[in-house]
Amino acid sequence: MTSFDARRVRGDIPLMQRVINDHPITYLDSGSSSLTPRSVIEAMDRYFERHHANVHRGVYQTANEATELYEGARAAIARFLHAPGGADEVVFTKNSTESFNLLARSWGVANLAPGDVVLVSEMEHHANIVPWFQLRESHGIEVRFIPVTDDFRLDVSNIEELMRGVKLLSITGMSNVLGTINPVADLARLAHEHGALIAVDGAQSVAHLPTDVQDLDVDFLIFSGHKMLGPTGIGVLWSRADILADMPPFLGGGGMIKDVSVDGFSAASGPARFEAGTPPIAQAVGLGAAVQYLEGLGMANVATHEKELTGDALTRLALEFDGRVRVIGPADTTDRGGVLSLDVEGVHPHDVAQVLDQFGVCVRPGHHCAKPLMKRFGLSATARASFGPYSLVRDTDVLLEALTHAVGMFA
Amino acid sequence: MSSLDDLYREIILDHYRSPRNRGELAPPAHRVEGFNPLCGDEIVVYVRLEDGVVKDIKLTGHGCSISQASSSLMSAAVKGKSTDEVRATIATFKDMMTASEDSSSEGDITADAQLRRLGELAALAGVVKFPVRIKCATLAWNTLSQALDEMSI
Repeated sequence: MTSFDARRVRGDIPLMQRVINDHPITYLDSGSSSLTPRSVIEAMDRYFERHHANVHRGVYQTANEATELYEGARAAIARFLHAPGGADEVVFTKNSTESFNLLARSWGVANLAPGDVVLVSEMEHHANIVPWFQLRESHGIEVRFIPVTDDFRLDVSNIEELMRGVKLLSITGMSNVLGTINPVADLARLAHEHGALIAVDGAQSVAHLPTDVQDLDVDFLIFSGHKMLGPTGIGVLWSRADILADMPPFLGGGGMIKDVSVDGFSAASGPARFEAGTPPIAQAVGLGAAVQYLEGLGMANVATHEKELTGDALTRLALEFDGRVRVIGPADTTDRGGVLSLDVEGVHPHDVAQVLDQFGVCVRPGHHCAKPLMKRFGLSATARASFGPYSLVRDTDVLLEALTHAVGMFA
Repeated sequence: MSSLDDLYREIILDHYRSPRNRGELAPPAHRVEGFNPLCGDEIVVYVRLEDGVVKDIKLTGHGCSISQASSSLMSAAVKGKSTDEVRATIATFKDMMTASEDSSSEGDITADAQLRRLGELAALAGVVKFPVRIKCATLAWNTLSQALDEMSI
């Protein structure tokens, strides 16, 4: 049973009470980091107040409780993703970036030979580009890019050619700049037909769309807790148990071993193999609470709500600014999430964001860690507004009012 | 509270809309690039020195109104000045960008004298109240400073 009322979600977010420059906060930066519901904050508080201990090795009561909470969060995330192998397929990391580095340094180093191709796209976040470039330097792999069309979609017109020699297709589920939602299930089929694996950057998509790794038939899924109502400091690499079992450890140390002697070590099995050192326990507990909260809302409801907001904003931006405010992303809501990258004629994105701040409006100016994409469209930066489950049409009202002010000021 | 008018003075908007000394200089003019990797601002400063005097200066690049206006105001302020005078102006400007909000708003005598010496550049004084924008204002100045250092080697 799920129910969804964006006003009630907003009421669950303490930070929505903030007043910024004499205006109630208008938070439109969920693409960067989402705001935290009270239940998530309370779950972490409760952990610290009643259960905190190091996990996995204690015998005493609170150590067992902490371990149960930490592993319970892993199980909750496995359920949220419909992971076929359950909790054993969920590896905790620090964030999506670390997950990509784990993927490259563990699976990549073990499975890629010089000349093997990792295929990414022009719309990737740097987290899904730089680790592969690093592997190109250290291991001689090739990094290839799927171009992006003028209407902000993957250009698959030449995909057979691009797939030649590809061992891994590593692609975003939803662009953090364009809002473009990529056809992940189709891409997974394509990768598998060519004997390649597919990794998906779910930093945006897992936070805003229903995700079923079995339906999508992907091999790796990567995402961050703090973009999906959880805390910072926790991310996930999901992969099938049989793939994880063959991956060597990335970081070495305590917690990831089966045995250590003066002669060497053997690695633990399961997610522990990749979780060296004391993990971010409270953060995992917070992320577990966040996925429970999202399950309560229903991800399909979240997606529908944000789609409505996006459609309304796209229509009004086009109507009210008569081309002076250009949206860098698909013009309608087909396969598109709630990310609005704005290019305001004659006003630099930093100035847009500065003027908006005076109205309490939080948007992000910059290249959004997607410089190849910026270059593709001849931009150095955009001002990006992005929605979350707690966003309301009134956020768009304030955004438009503040944008009108910015446009007038620099005219 | 910091108001937008403190930041976006009319002089700044004017220099943003119609930047002075925009363009390139051919060699042997010295060329230095400056970057602000966090926000993507880029600037290229061309300087031609003659007998220790900045005979000509031109700028290209892109960035926000503060970085563009600051580079335009800088070019107007240093053209025709000796390198010693330019270095002194750079130092005074950077002082202004590190002054605390209190000392500039409470009629501090040295700060006031500094502002008078800076002339039109004083329009950028309000940037100090917006800490994240200080690097926008100082980009051109750091780049010019680097150009002078390189030319004196």
